[in-house]
Amino acid sequence: MSIDISIDGQVYKARDGATLVDVAAENGVYIPSLCYVRGKPGLGTCRTCSVRVNGKVMTACTVPVADGMDVEVSEPGMAEMRKMLVELLFSEGNHNCPSCEKSGRCELQSLGYELGMMVSRFPYRFPVRTREHAAKQIWLERDRCIFCQRCVKFVRNLETGQKIFSIDHRGSRASIEIDVSLADKMPPEQVREAAHLCPVGCIVEKGVGYNKPIGQRRFEIKSIRERALERKCR
Amino acid sequence: MPVNISDKRETASHELPATPLDPSVRAARDEKIQIAMIALCGCWGCTLSFLDMDENLLRLLDKVNITRSSLTDIKRIPHRCAIGFVEGGVASEENIEILEHYRKNCDILISAGACAVWGGVPAMRNVVPLEACFREAYLDGPTAEPGVQPVIPYHPDIPRITTRVYPCHEVVKMDYFIPGCPPDGAAIFQVLDDLVNGREVALPGTINHYD
Amino acid sequence: MCADIETILDRYHWDRTRLLDMLWAVQRQQGFVSDGSVAALSKGLNMSRHDIRETLTFYHFFLDKPSGRYPIYLADTVIARMQGYEAIREALEQACGCRFGSVDETGTFGLYETNCIGLSDQEPAMMVDNVVFTELTPEKVRGIISALKQGQCLEEIVNPGGNDRRTTAYVDALVKSNIRGRGDVFFRAGRDYPALLEKVLDLLPDEVIGEVTLSGIRGRGGAGFPTGTKWRLGRDAEGEEKYVICNADEGEPGAFKDRVLLTRSPADVLLGMIIAAWAIGSRNGILYLRAEYGYIKAYLEQQIQAFRDAGLLGKQILGREFDFDIRIQMGAGAYVCGEETALIESCEGKRGTPRIKPPYPIQHGYLGMPTCINNVETLAAVSRILEEGGEWFRSMGTGESTGTRLLSVSGDCEHPGIYEIEWGISLHDVLEMVGAKEPMAVQVSGPSGECASVAQDGQRTFCYSDLSCNGSLMIFGKGRDLLDITGHFMRFFVTESCGICVPCRAGGVDLHQKIGLIIAGRASSEDLDDIRSWGALMRETSRCGLGATAAEPLLTTLEKFPELYQEKVVQPEGVLLPSFDREAALQGHEQAYRMLVQEEKQ
Repeated sequence: MSIDISIDGQVYKARDGATLVDVAAENGVYIPSLCYVRGKPGLGTCRTCSVRVNGKVMTACTVPVADGMDVEVSEPGMAEMRKMLVELLFSEGNHNCPSCEKSGRCELQSLGYELGMMVSRFPYRFPVRTREHAAKQIWLERDRCIFCQRCVKFVRNLETGQKIFSIDHRGSRASIEIDVSLADKMPPEQVREAAHLCPVGCIVEKGVGYNKPIGQRRFEIKSIRERALERKCR
Repeated sequence: MPVNISDKRETASHELPATPLDPSVRAARDEKIQIAMIALCGCWGCTLSFLDMDENLLRLLDKVNITRSSLTDIKRIPHRCAIGFVEGGVASEENIEILEHYRKNCDILISAGACAVWGGVPAMRNVVPLEACFREAYLDGPTAEPGVQPVIPYHPDIPRITTRVYPCHEVVKMDYFIPGCPPDGAAIFQVLDDLVNGREVALPGTINHYD
Repeated sequence: MCADIETILDRYHWDRTRLLDMLWAVQRQQGFVSDGSVAALSKGLNMSRHDIRETLTFYHFFLDKPSGRYPIYLADTVIARMQGYEAIREALEQACGCRFGSVDETGTFGLYETNCIGLSDQEPAMMVDNVVFTELTPEKVRGIISALKQGQCLEEIVNPGGNDRRTTAYVDALVKSNIRGRGDVFFRAGRDYPALLEKVLDLLPDEVIGEVTLSGIRGRGGAGFPTGTKWRLGRDAEGEEKYVICNADEGEPGAFKDRVLLTRSPADVLLGMIIAAWAIGSRNGILYLRAEYGYIKAYLEQQIQAFRDAGLLGKQILGREFDFDIRIQMGAGAYVCGEETALIESCEGKRGTPRIKPPYPIQHGYLGMPTCINNVETLAAVSRILEEGGEWFRSMGTGESTGTRLLSVSGDCEHPGIYEIEWGISLHDVLEMVGAKEPMAVQVSGPSGECASVAQDGQRTFCYSDLSCNGSLMIFGKGRDLLDITGHFMRFFVTESCGICVPCRAGGVDLHQKIGLIIAGRASSEDLDDIRSWGALMRETSRCGLGATAAEPLLTTLEKFPELYQEKVVQPEGVLLPSFDREAALQGHEQAYRMLVQEEKQ
């Protein structure tokens, strides 16, 4: 069923119940998002797709659209909050872009550019996190984990469906973990997919490093905004 | 005991008499926007990137005069400056003092490059205790000379290392930030050009990068 | 060991949704949950080991390493700190021979901090295993530890009368109920539950919902959603099964009224659950009991059994085509599980992570089925509404806040304890009633609520549109250090954040640091601006109520007591930021140098 929703005062047609972030993109309106993977259930963890829906702040990756919905995306206060959330992520972990294999291909970094982040207003925390390199094919750089839960939810053992990645502890003590025996059973394509699925450089495929020259990396060819909007014509 | 500079027999290079400038050149320079530059704990890459502005540097120099900087080899800020261009983070007592000096003598301070903005590569030591850093550097490291009594620097004449590396804005107020390791010459030009022309500083996402 | 795990798996039908129960069973048997036990559970449940650990490490009271034969949890609350916490802490460290956060050499005692354990009217208090000790003094602590050292068992010390664990006498031996102010709704003696249930079951479910709607009662957990509306949605929701859950995860610091209700009037609560089940059409109920109230579990089970024996629970209740039974789900130490979707996740054996809403539990809750979650107090009140009628209930209170509610009062007052108040009473009158001693500030609804100023807010009234109290009321007299209290509350939220969303997980830590700067006299007025802006970010963008309210202690004290902050804010003399501690920044060099020189010498 087709319904009408309003985004920043403009009325758009949408399928009832479709996810707001998709509806916006299909209509050429970019809502920044980070933990969201198109085609998969919204995770609602990073909150960077926060927009005002009928006056209340909600994450566009978890809101199904409904007729008459009034959405504010570009209102300055809302845009500032999205930027703050990205800044929080940068100061919470150790995001050393100059030394990261994922640089130029990192969704967090690309989002930082998109939102015009120059510096984090939050104190840089420099947490001490250990690396996990016991798995044969995967290097887990915990410094860079943003707890988006993509790997936890979407990367499973192909036979048993068991979780390969998981989170230990809670809150600011949380830590991303890898089940080494299950990880060692991952076929190489799945490892590659997992590394690609990780929005930052936390899940790194061993033996693959800085394999794309600067200037030809994923988000240098096309920004995160352009990639989000290119599905528009589908 | 504090040493009075004027008591010293030695003369620093910047104190050497210099050929006086043509008064018209001097006047032209004095009218320009004064910029001072400094590198704290970094690698001077951002200063090199500054030179990477290429011909834009000439456009910029129409409007600005560079006072203290590694490029001019002037070692003191000679007079109040409009802009201070700071590369590197704060990793020692000396860095703190210099940054204070810049804050006192410049109207606007810019954190240029990853080290100034958040600590950068030197800040990788922030997750390692300082004694472990010293141990690696002076006792157990591959450069320690065998058979020689190792020395860990600790002397009133040597600036103390800070417990961790700080971004400049955690020490004094910084006004603008140019990320990058190093930032592109184009990014540096964009920010300085905006500033000297009185425009709102806006670094487009296309030339902003963190690596 | 594997055989033991198999027995445990068997007991819970190899059902992964019962993982919390299994972990409790393992821990009770072995003192902690070892890697070996995790491996055995993971095999039995077809889960990866880390998947088990996700749940195990989420909860404060699950232990994944040896933590002493007696793990002792001292409640570190602002109330305890007003009443001698430090001395108790010291006495414990001395008596046990270990520091907090560690186990003594003999492996007998482990000392740990914990957040509020629901005993704010009798603090300092501590939990040891499944029991609690209240109104602690250093002498009392020394006595308990020495008795344990001499081989006396916990039960003997805490319950010298040897009362049966299933009785009120046992609970009374451990804790006081301190019911101070009675009203018309709660703690009524001599109720005829079978007759009352007969009366309810004579009504059609729609009529029951109508009566509850008429009463105007709203959820007593804090959010204040109209109970009648929730039940109507539950009735209309489609699902093969429907569930009724009683939320007894009373984690709000300063709240303890649910503990007292469950102790003094458990039948009211059970009856409320049965009425809810009848109304929405449910056959299964869960009472989610916070781990801190473990000592009333046996008593509650006995109460449930008595209901079964009387034909009020089980198959064909009172001879009708109505089956309903209740099981108790123990929590394991997580404030966030008071949030209803986190509570459901916990009931399913998972981390207490709040779900994304919508869908709401009333449509898609426990095991994906329509689930009606009500607070202990709401259910108890409902049992009275169906007895006396909705009109009777709504004749009390105010138009939008009907009936009465229970307050757990603690802090600087003559008579801490439970008070039943009619909605609409002013803060001033409540303070008078409880004998507040020179009150300066009142924390209404615990850290997640607001810090009210007695001078400014005395005339405000308790009702959903003003002082919408969730039952916790902490009174701070003149001379109390509100900034310190605020810092403590901020730390509470940091320790209780589940970490699923960025603003709460990361923002909470940064705001906690800010209050530290203020207390240390290292903040500037810019820091106050940051607090407002960062607090607003948490309030607006967090995933659940915990994150959304976690900045409130700072924001509301800043609003009500700005002078406390202004006094602490500094005008920097030079250009160095006040937050930058030059001396501290330079201390490390000398320390590191001395440490290494010392080593070289040896």
